[in-house]
Amino acid sequence: MAVVFDRPHALVDVSMHYCPGCTHGIVHRLVAEVIDELNIEGTTIGVSPVGCAYNNYLYFNCDMQQAAHGRAPAVATGVKRVHPDKVVFTYQGDGDLAAIGTAEIVHAAARGEKITTVFINNAIYGMTSGQMAPTTLVGQVTTTSPYGRKPEIQGYPIRVCEMLSTLTGAAFVERVSVHDIKNIRNAKKAIKKAFQVQQKGYGFSIVEVLSTCPTNWGINPVDAMKWVQDKMIPYYPLGNFKGADLEV
Amino acid sequence: MGKKVLMKGNEVIAEAAIRAGCTHYFGYPITPQSDIAHYMAKQLPLVGGTFVQAESEVAAINMLYGASGAGARCMTSSSSPGISLKQEGISYMACAELPAVIVNIVRCGPGLGGILPAQGDYFQAVKGGGHGDYKMVVLAPANLQELYELTVEAFNIADKYRTLVMIMGDGNLGQMMEPVQFKDQEDIYKDEKAWATVGTGMKRKHNTITSIYIEPEVLEAHNNKLQKKYALIAEKEVRVEEFNTENADIIVTAYGTVARIVKNVIKLAKKDNINVGLIRPITLWPFPSEAYVKCAEYAKAFLSVELSAGQMVEDVRLAVNGKKPVYFHGRTGGMIPTEKEIYDKIKEILEKLGG
Ligand SMILES: Cc1ncc(C[n+]2csc(CCOP(=O)(O)OP(=O)(O)O)c2C)c(N)n1
Ligand code: SF4
Repeated sequence: MAVVFDRPHALVDVSMHYCPGCTHGIVHRLVAEVIDELNIEGTTIGVSPVGCAYNNYLYFNCDMQQAAHGRAPAVATGVKRVHPDKVVFTYQGDGDLAAIGTAEIVHAAARGEKITTVFINNAIYGMTSGQMAPTTLVGQVTTTSPYGRKPEIQGYPIRVCEMLSTLTGAAFVERVSVHDIKNIRNAKKAIKKAFQVQQKGYGFSIVEVLSTCPTNWGINPVDAMKWVQDKMIPYYPLGNFKGADLEV
Repeated sequence: MGKKVLMKGNEVIAEAAIRAGCTHYFGYPITPQSDIAHYMAKQLPLVGGTFVQAESEVAAINMLYGASGAGARCMTSSSSPGISLKQEGISYMACAELPAVIVNIVRCGPGLGGILPAQGDYFQAVKGGGHGDYKMVVLAPANLQELYELTVEAFNIADKYRTLVMIMGDGNLGQMMEPVQFKDQEDIYKDEKAWATVGTGMKRKHNTITSIYIEPEVLEAHNNKLQKKYALIAEKEVRVEEFNTENADIIVTAYGTVARIVKNVIKLAKKDNINVGLIRPITLWPFPSEAYVKCAEYAKAFLSVELSAGQMVEDVRLAVNGKKPVYFHGRTGGMIPTEKEIYDKIKEILEKLGG
């Protein structure tokens, strides 16, 4: 019988710890499929964040390092400078990347570090139980913005792709979503291209994935997908910001 | 015999590191150690190595984490305020058992403090400036020949035990010039580093570098393993210089460049027939407690002289364990005690003790 659906080799055969309906798992699968398709599992080194994905070193079959909160781009820089011929990626949440680790991501991009970042924007701190993230939308209720995020008090959410795309060292910058099949397909294409951009040595590449956190958003998984469509995409427009035309 | 060169302390560290096979350096500028970065920026690329100027000390230590985890011999250097910023990474590296060398050319604090020599970072270095139960080897050279040799040794110790090694000096050591006799060839400890993340090559199970152990039993077991390693280091790696300690009436103890001043004091005292000895810890951790235990049998008192408000003296007291009085003389803010000042203190103590 023909196998039409199987676990990518780059994913370890264990069940993941993510909440039901969380899209972290989808993105893991996409990254693993890309690693398989590019045949780079043996030459890839990944860096795990601090956040719900802190132990995804258990899930990827390639060599992995676990970094301190927000420091994954610096750790990845160290790895890549030792092994310029290998593929190095970070996987980071929005608290990790856009709050505590802002300096590290900006400067890794500015240096044109030949690494790839998979950036999970779920507009909230998942792991620490739903606090406001730098990406939390205006009006969004979180455990630390219980009256809704108010610009006059908490300022405005950061659009990471728009910001990083101003840096010359950032070669490929794209925002995608995984809230439906069509978008999942696009997301995979973008992740694949980001890895290829690294392989070609163009510079830093990042894919921001709009992701769900039904647990801390306090809604069911189906509504969470709809919330991405209705609330997140209008503020975080999907698309390529840089490097769409790069030959890979 | 290799070449003998007149060099600045900071450059000696950089040159020794390269000779020891350090291929990667990550740093952020701060006085009085920036010459290390300058030297590395110039020399490392010439030998196929990599220099990265990080955006902060936080980034530098995490680059070190990545590079060490990827199997490289690597180093970072900074001075006190920058070393404070590195503490997060130091704790993570200690837990993940990542070997690397960290240089602290100490300046005076607290706060932004001043750029002059100090020893106020002793506690931070030997008691664990970062969180959790960890140790790192701390080496305190007193002259540039020793600085060279200990820097090479630092990389060997780091790889041998999968530990962090800190070289602690002060602005005096970093900025002064002395002749250094280099070897033709360094003794390099070689290790396969089968644990490093270099890519599986599809030939083995994937390697992981991590410092997180959520299960309490697993974390305690890991902590016990670390403690066992620290006990082994404490047993094997203590380094200390004893100078004129036999039959000394009073033992002065000092590390780094301060010990050089004490040696002159010992000469002064000799002229007056006062027998002063020196215990100079070369490893601040592991602390050479045995030397104090031995001298406590016959010396009348101990005097710790430091460029601090009294830090190493606590370890001296622990070692002497109440057997003899332990006195302290310290200067801070970049002030250096004079020979006369130390000698007066010695005479004052002897007088108090009745001769
Ligand atoms: C230095 C430090 N500060 C705070 C924390 C606590 N902490 C753990 S995860 C996290 C936020 C993670 O949120 P995000 O990056 O958005 O990832 P998510 O859990 O949503 O996937 C925080 C604040 C920490 N581990 N280390
Ligand atoms: S808390 Fe949110 S981000 Fe974390 S696993 Fe659960 S749903 Fe996903």
